[in-house]
Amino acid sequence: MKFPLIILAILHLHGITQLKDQTLIETSCRNTPNYELCVSTLHASPSSATATDVEELGLILVDAIKSKAESGVSAVDKLRRLHPELREALDQCRMSYIAVIKADVPEAVAALTKGIPKFAEFGMADAAWEAEICEGSFESAAESPLSPVNKDLHELATVAVGIIKILL
Amino acid sequence: MAYFLNWLIICVISVLEMQTTLQVNPNQPYRTAYHFQPPKNWMNDPNGPMIYNGIYHLFYQYNPEGAGWGNIVWAHSTSKDLVNWEPHPIAIHRTNESDINGCWSGSATILPQGKPVILYTGINSQNQQVQNLAIPKNLSDPHLIEWIKSPYNPLMAPTDENKIDASSFRDPTTAWLGHDGRWRVIIGNKMGHDGRAVLYTSRDFIHWSQAEHPLFSNKDSGMWECPDFFPVSTRSADGVDTSGVGEGLKHVLKASLNDADSYVIGTYNIEKDVFVPEKGSLGLDSELKYDHGKFYASKTFFDSSTKRRILWGWINESTDAATYQLKGWSGLQAIPRKIWLDKTGNQLVQWPVEEIEKLRTSKVISRLTELKGGSVHEISNVTASQADVEISFEISTFENVEELDPSWTSPQAICGQKGGPTKGGLGPFGLLVLASKDIQEYTAVYFRVYNNETKYVVLMCSDQTRSSLHLDYDKPIYGAFVDLDPMKEKLSLRTLIDRSILESFGGEGKACITARVYPSVAIDKGAHMYVFNNGSSNIKVSELVAWSMKTAQIN
Repeated sequence: MKFPLIILAILHLHGITQLKDQTLIETSCRNTPNYELCVSTLHASPSSATATDVEELGLILVDAIKSKAESGVSAVDKLRRLHPELREALDQCRMSYIAVIKADVPEAVAALTKGIPKFAEFGMADAAWEAEICEGSFESAAESPLSPVNKDLHELATVAVGIIKILL
Repeated sequence: MAYFLNWLIICVISVLEMQTTLQVNPNQPYRTAYHFQPPKNWMNDPNGPMIYNGIYHLFYQYNPEGAGWGNIVWAHSTSKDLVNWEPHPIAIHRTNESDINGCWSGSATILPQGKPVILYTGINSQNQQVQNLAIPKNLSDPHLIEWIKSPYNPLMAPTDENKIDASSFRDPTTAWLGHDGRWRVIIGNKMGHDGRAVLYTSRDFIHWSQAEHPLFSNKDSGMWECPDFFPVSTRSADGVDTSGVGEGLKHVLKASLNDADSYVIGTYNIEKDVFVPEKGSLGLDSELKYDHGKFYASKTFFDSSTKRRILWGWINESTDAATYQLKGWSGLQAIPRKIWLDKTGNQLVQWPVEEIEKLRTSKVISRLTELKGGSVHEISNVTASQADVEISFEISTFENVEELDPSWTSPQAICGQKGGPTKGGLGPFGLLVLASKDIQEYTAVYFRVYNNETKYVVLMCSDQTRSSLHLDYDKPIYGAFVDLDPMKEKLSLRTLIDRSILESFGGEGKACITARVYPSVAIDKGAHMYVFNNGSSNIKVSELVAWSMKTAQIN
């Protein structure tokens, strides 16, 4: 008789921790300009289930931004061959995405890990900016084949800034 | 033969002379001529500024590996005059358990016997913020190149007992001696969202005890970074030793928060170790700031050789990361400023250290005595990209003065409201610096005078919105009220221009605004300087002097 009770107790406790984590994600994401994107990005990462503080949520978002910028670089490399007429803008975009991967992301990771969220904010604000710069380097939005990537990158970065501001 | 040799020598010297005034790498138009910066890579906070045996020391947060923030160590330079600097090897590396993940900001204290010691924040192997001590290895080395770390490190650390947040415990100040002979130091901290200056005391500088209460705190201000605590004289512009006590003193508590360096003037109750604020606040709404533009993580030190208190501040880039990665460097220090309490006791005043004036050359004195409304005049014969200009205005008539809506309280918003130096009543009048010949590209630093029901209000603006035609970056408009009565006083403005930085001082240092700009046309010979008046009323010019600035040896 006691056996199933213990199982029930364990399941109950697990449920409570799940609830607590949800609350952390929900509360934190309310601080961002795109609640839905924030919640879905965090939930998509397995480590969000065990995250206990906002720093960890920040790190998950920074990682998502890194992936997005990397996909941007791949896209640029493909597009350069197909669209030589867009080379100048694509080169600018590549520089911007690389800056996100090589400068902004490591800066934000170090800053979140070491407890100086201000530099994480700078890094992620810059990531949003790099997306704008890339997009702006095309003659018009219609001409930009990277609009979807840039939009995603920009949105993710502003969400990351929202999360990081909680720590300031 | 002798004649030829003389001629050759003169030629060589002339070429060298030219090099010192126009030494520019065409690929690096934004590197400065006389502002402190390392040859490359990232720099942020100034650390441990001090004077020892007649030599000034500046340490700084530095990334030896790149142009972004990371891998932080203490880089080190020295100077005899605060203008020309000699670099030295890295003073504090990441070497042990208590700083392996970073050697972050801190301060120097000169012990009574004259020996300097450094307290700094280390990021330990568990990524916690702790406070460490470093002392010179060899006191007879005039440059104090090598530093050794105390075997007792870390001296102060977050523990389960003290419940200090391990990611919000950093930037120890210069220590001061208390009434009981014990040293005191404050560390930047927050508890929840409340900023705090945690207070520690020690008799031997090794064993520190946390005081029962912080020196000061403020609700909802967020983290207090780079705190500074020092006495100022109410009777003179001289600096006071950090341990100074007695009559004729007030104390200043400063912290970096919310992207600005704010301060409070008050009284230090030395018996109770409590700071009682009188003017200003260290909150998000703080009005007393060192600088109303870009200026952060600043720190003062007492220069005992000249009895001045001197302020250093970090000025970061306004461009995106891709741009400064391309340049290969990021960050400048402001020109060191003398800082003291204004006669009124209402605020601190700053002025670039007078040593910087040794770089002044080719003085130009303008004969201009009046600026008609709607006029622009060029200030010629100056290297406008590298200059020092002082101008003094007098208001002779107030008939066209505009009303200031009493609900407008933010100087920044008022400056930005008109979107630039557009036509006004009394003003805008001031300078157009780093301007192209056709004035399509320029940075405007100017005054506007308003009527505020009870008195006239002087507003100073630094407008970067048109600072670059082809380069995109953060181009804000900064603003500050200047505590001057235009009916009785002249409105003075001094601006130091150095390629990609300008530092403006209104009212002889009552309002300071620092800005970063990256002109695309107004570079080197393409840079011009103008004085303008875009108001309806004519403005008197009582003085207009400009100098070209020589290039200093900055590292």
